[in-house]
Amino acid sequence: MKRRVVITGMGAISPIGLTAAECWSNAVEGKSGIRRITLLDPEPYSTRIAGEVRGYDPSNYFDRKAASRVDRYTQFAMVAAAEAYATAGLKESGIDPTRLGVIIGTGIGGLGTMEEEHSKALEKGVDRISPFFCPMMIGNMASGRVAIDLNAKGINFATVTACATSGHAVATAMDAIRLGRADAILAGGAEAPVTMMGLGGFCALKALSTRNDDPEHASRPFDRDRDGFVMSEGGAVVVLEEYEHAKRRGADILAEVCGAGMTCDAFHITAPAEGGEGSARSMSLAMEDAGITPDDVDYINAHGTSTKLNDLGETQAIKTSMGERAHKVMISSTKSVHGHMLGAAGSMELVLTVYAIREGVIPPTATLVEPDPECDLDYVPGTARQGRIRYALSNSFGFGGHNVTLAIGAI
Amino acid sequence: MSLESRVTEIIVDKLGTRPEEVTPEAGFQTDLGADSLDLVELIMAFEDSFKLKISEEDSAKLRTVGDVISYLNQHGVSE
Repeated sequence: MKRRVVITGMGAISPIGLTAAECWSNAVEGKSGIRRITLLDPEPYSTRIAGEVRGYDPSNYFDRKAASRVDRYTQFAMVAAAEAYATAGLKESGIDPTRLGVIIGTGIGGLGTMEEEHSKALEKGVDRISPFFCPMMIGNMASGRVAIDLNAKGINFATVTACATSGHAVATAMDAIRLGRADAILAGGAEAPVTMMGLGGFCALKALSTRNDDPEHASRPFDRDRDGFVMSEGGAVVVLEEYEHAKRRGADILAEVCGAGMTCDAFHITAPAEGGEGSARSMSLAMEDAGITPDDVDYINAHGTSTKLNDLGETQAIKTSMGERAHKVMISSTKSVHGHMLGAAGSMELVLTVYAIREGVIPPTATLVEPDPECDLDYVPGTARQGRIRYALSNSFGFGGHNVTLAIGAI
Repeated sequence: MSLESRVTEIIVDKLGTRPEEVTPEAGFQTDLGADSLDLVELIMAFEDSFKLKISEEDSAKLRTVGDVISYLNQHGVSE
């Protein structure tokens, strides 16, 4: 029999809150965290809005030396992981450190560090590159740093699949616990892409919304007038734990990770496959792995980026994988308020999905006003809705054609 | 500002130590919590501030705050 995997702790830091609870309450109320960019001068860019973690002061979490040696993305991972670890009660649990793992990914890594040191090398010479450049920039350092922080000596690596990164982190962590490689794993993602190259690069792709005069309504998944995604930063981490282990120590079990589906479009570097073929298979595989059918699913936390192609493709994928149920299941994209956290999106949305299951409240697609005629499902527009969730699916899709779906069950 | 205070300031900035810990006898790795990466960065900061080049061979010998001050004195840095 499969070892069951449950969630016993959560942490998040995002444009809509510095803790998981604050993020949830703003998601339910539909309060947007998207504003004009302050981390750099946005004037030269076609997009001048983003989801920044407002009110974040590293000195509240790190001493000065530590803060200067840890990239912003890794800081977000460490903050979220510390919250997840604390709320799971792992510190008091006496867990064997060699059975505690960390799988935290990032879509890009320490882009800000890369830019700073590159400029320094050009201006002052290559012998002025900081010895901390490589360890700060690399995409696996969040997992490394969190392990040091929390004395987690078990399985440890990072996933990298662009916007599907933290979905994959959770899925692979679930697999690892099922296989008996660990008893608990901190899984999630973090991102800090609001930098010159991050913003400029996504502007060049024409992937971002240019609704600069109305930032709070710029990320509008499934809306007829959507014009691209809004880039955001932050981190979200959950504690996955083997069910019997959690039960034995009397942990507060929040939900079960019942299954995952992972596929690739093998189609195009950035565009989704025709009809959302790859993502449909990902959703079907997740349900199959969880041993459930579309009729068991009450809520889908959509990838819902607010780009023309994603939202259409995802809608088609939901129809393909859910059949008749597609028109009855409640769907929402919380990116409407926190924007697209890239490598942190999947785990951020998992945190909100778990809250939705626990509270019996579906967070809305807050900014959806006039649905795209081709997006004709129930996206819970505008305001939150009461509703019991037995099972939920959470989708994440990334450049490269990566698709991952998590199946989450009430406990 | 005296040479000692400038050196102290750099160490406090890079290592996050308290100024009163930075005594001439204090060893970077033994007393001030520096690791090998911190030392590379520290030497770089001394080079930048005092406009000189410290060879790898020489930097390996700079173990305490006092070592750095004498080194700088010997190389014509006095304030």
